[in-house]
Amino acid sequence: MSRYLVPLIAFAILIPVFVIGLGKDPSHLPSPLLQKPAPQFELPSLTDPGKNVGSASFENQMAILNVWATWCVGCRQEHGFLMQLAQSGAIPIYGLNWRDNRTEAQRFLQQLGNPYVDSAYDEDGRVGIDWGVYGAPETFLVAADGTVLYKHLGPLNPDLWEQNFVPLIDAARHTQ
Amino acid sequence: MKTRLAILGLLLLATPAFAIDPSESLDDPELQARYEKIIDEVRCLKCQNQTIKDSNAFLAADLRREIRRMLEEGMTDAEIFDFLVDRYGEFALYRPRASGKTLILWLAPALFLLGGAFVLWRIVRRRMALPIDDEPAEGA
Repeated sequence: MSRYLVPLIAFAILIPVFVIGLGKDPSHLPSPLLQKPAPQFELPSLTDPGKNVGSASFENQMAILNVWATWCVGCRQEHGFLMQLAQSGAIPIYGLNWRDNRTEAQRFLQQLGNPYVDSAYDEDGRVGIDWGVYGAPETFLVAADGTVLYKHLGPLNPDLWEQNFVPLIDAARHTQ
Repeated sequence: MKTRLAILGLLLLATPAFAIDPSESLDDPELQARYEKIIDEVRCLKCQNQTIKDSNAFLAADLRREIRRMLEEGMTDAEIFDFLVDRYGEFALYRPRASGKTLILWLAPALFLLGGAFVLWRIVRRRMALPIDDEPAEGA
């Protein structure tokens, strides 16, 4: 009996390891920015190159920063939801237009609607690196004091919003 | 025949494409050597099984550009790795540094080796206790 015990115990340990390990999506990486001050930046606005947009634009208010681009399929998927969210007035949405073409990005917003208070135009991806961006769409929740509360990778939808963002927003507003 | 030989000769002349874009090199050979060593140790987060040296993804190109900039600004290798880890996490490095979070990664191989040695030792000891039986089995 005991000769089977050791392999059996080893098996019983390994199974949960594999179940948990295989259930994880390896492309979802934890952000080292969480609970840290959001990286400061200042970039020309996408829509009005003469104007600057940056972390100062959403100083002292809770906001989300959505990393998007016209070449990003997931960004088109979540665009409808972002429009709804913007109309609901729940939270100001700022955009980081990442590694994109200004003309195409402007056309994208004209055709599909612009959910953003403003979008920063990060042509060479320099600001994206500071935010640890590696795949659009990415959405950061930034508290009024500038702390990064949450990072979501991939397209947003109402369910994901309710589950992951709303509790954090409510909690943050409660403690203010 | 002559045409074939000519074609063969031309094929032999073709050199493989140079993997590193010459426009991405640094003037100082010492910096260039460090640069090539660093980019071979940084994971392309977009294409996770490649280093940023191997990858053509624009994120990899952006990171290479930043690393060149940092080298030219005189930052040390450790400072450059810190810059990447602060933004992308320990996963960005192919050789994660030994810290509380990555300790298991560094210790696991040794632990598995010790575990295997222990099992082997148990088996050998048990077999040694068995009587030696050199007689060939019947019919063999």
